[in-house]
Amino acid sequence: MKLRDNNHIVGYVFTSPFIIGFLVFTLYPIISSLYYSFTDYNLLQAPRLVGLDNYKTMFLDDERLIKSFAVTFTYVFGSVPLRLAFALAVAMMLNRVIGGVGLYRSAYYLPSLIGGSVAVSIMWTQVFGDQGLVNSFLGLVGIPSSTSWIGSPGTALWTLVALSVWQFGSSMLIFLAGLKNIPTSLYEAASVDGASGIRKFFSITLPLLSPIILFNLIMQLISAFMTFTPAYIISRGTGGPLDNTLLYSLYLYRRAFEFYEMGYASAMAWIMLILIAVLTLIIFKTSSMWVHYESKGDK
Amino acid sequence: MQATRIRILRRNALYHLLVGGLALIMIYPILWLAASSFKPNDEIFTNAYSLIPSRFVVENYMSGWKGFAGNTFATFFGNSFFIVTVSTIGAVISSALVAYGLARIQFFGRSFWFACMMVTLMLPHDVTIIPQYIMFAKLGWLSSFKPVIVPSFFAMPFFIFLIMQFIRTVPPELDEAAKMDGCSKYGIFFRIMVPLIVPALVTATIFSFYWKWDDFINPLLYLNKPSLYPVSLALKLFLDGESLNNWGGMFAMSTLSLVPITLVFFLFQKYIVEGISTSGLK
Repeated sequence: MKLRDNNHIVGYVFTSPFIIGFLVFTLYPIISSLYYSFTDYNLLQAPRLVGLDNYKTMFLDDERLIKSFAVTFTYVFGSVPLRLAFALAVAMMLNRVIGGVGLYRSAYYLPSLIGGSVAVSIMWTQVFGDQGLVNSFLGLVGIPSSTSWIGSPGTALWTLVALSVWQFGSSMLIFLAGLKNIPTSLYEAASVDGASGIRKFFSITLPLLSPIILFNLIMQLISAFMTFTPAYIISRGTGGPLDNTLLYSLYLYRRAFEFYEMGYASAMAWIMLILIAVLTLIIFKTSSMWVHYESKGDK
Repeated sequence: MQATRIRILRRNALYHLLVGGLALIMIYPILWLAASSFKPNDEIFTNAYSLIPSRFVVENYMSGWKGFAGNTFATFFGNSFFIVTVSTIGAVISSALVAYGLARIQFFGRSFWFACMMVTLMLPHDVTIIPQYIMFAKLGWLSSFKPVIVPSFFAMPFFIFLIMQFIRTVPPELDEAAKMDGCSKYGIFFRIMVPLIVPALVTATIFSFYWKWDDFINPLLYLNKPSLYPVSLALKLFLDGESLNNWGGMFAMSTLSLVPITLVFFLFQKYIVEGISTSGLK
């Protein structure tokens, strides 16, 4: 056998970009991050081992971190369910053959495609600003308002939630593809049996879509926990007003790159990693209760 | 018959009113951003809801284009296009190679590396940001494009996954037939596989374009000189200090920064929709 035909060698040649990248840009950083999390490190002096001090400070001595956790959880559990619910509702509305559907689909999808950009975050600061679009419309319908939704501690975080929900388009497309795979014969049979629309939704649509919903839920949760850009732009890098938009990633960024507390920020990153891993695991473990897999029992 | 037709018409009208109305609300802020960029500076926030400027002006584009600290938006757009182009080429080519290796070649450790790829796909990047920064700082790569571009050349999990899904739809008999004809694995990849997976490569290219164009945190960390700023980072300067009151310029440049990605959307919509639907990932 010629060397160039040896599958083991050829396989590693093809996958080498990933393997090298994985070792250098993922595995090594993860391990060194764990090491830094036990040190005091400001980039200028060599890291100094401090044991569990960073973790102790996090849980006992950092009120801002507690605030940041509260803000992040509100954001994640406010935005992700709403986003998925909107995505499913609109996908069901678009799942029919009628003129104009293609156009509507584009309109609903466009925000999620451009939504990650700085331009859209800047736009959002003006939409919810004191003289912005929302207040202007409120004035039009006779409710004059001059509050800055971005600047008020009570509402600032919810403008971020709104920005996230506004970008339901990509989940909508995935749901739409899933809906098209559900055989219409199922609905016809249900109609013959006299099932109502609501019954059909809970007995056919939702169970058959549940694997897709599960996967989406997990991916959206992870990316929601990592949200950075809109919080940074809307609060001009501060996480204000009164730390009300201090999402975890933003706080971590500030600890690392404003105060150069690399050790502490690494510990923060590890707590987030563990938290997300546990959450994902819980969702996977409990998913057998609500996720329907078609092949189950057939074989 | 007549009555049912009217009922259907009425139902369709209601549908368009509801779904179309909601669609309009969805894109209204974007239309408003674009419209406001053509309004005189003092008019942007009076009757803000309006989409029609009383006077159609392009001054905002001129004042915005001037940029900051001697760097015009020509520099920022140039930087963005450079970063996007180079890293996209690297990401798509390397990801295609890896995808083929993982999807079609039986080699020792294949499932292990596949698992590593899936874990990387779901890994929160927060945990790698700090050590990567320290690593690039030690290499002396800060204030250069390298930290933003080089990692793309080592394949991106999302694209590997996307292209693998596509390769799986190609019948393995094709590989076998080519092998019979004396084609090596490399030959099979370049002569047979690549032409067949062009749609997946186009989809990956488009997504890479989007993500790199929108990328904010990496330029924020690594590109510390205004002359290196891509558009995403330059826009932030409108919110800082002295330029704070140039609302018109801010609206104009924000709009302009959305033009390339919106254009790509309308040109390649089919690939984008298929890419999302088949991979099940954003």
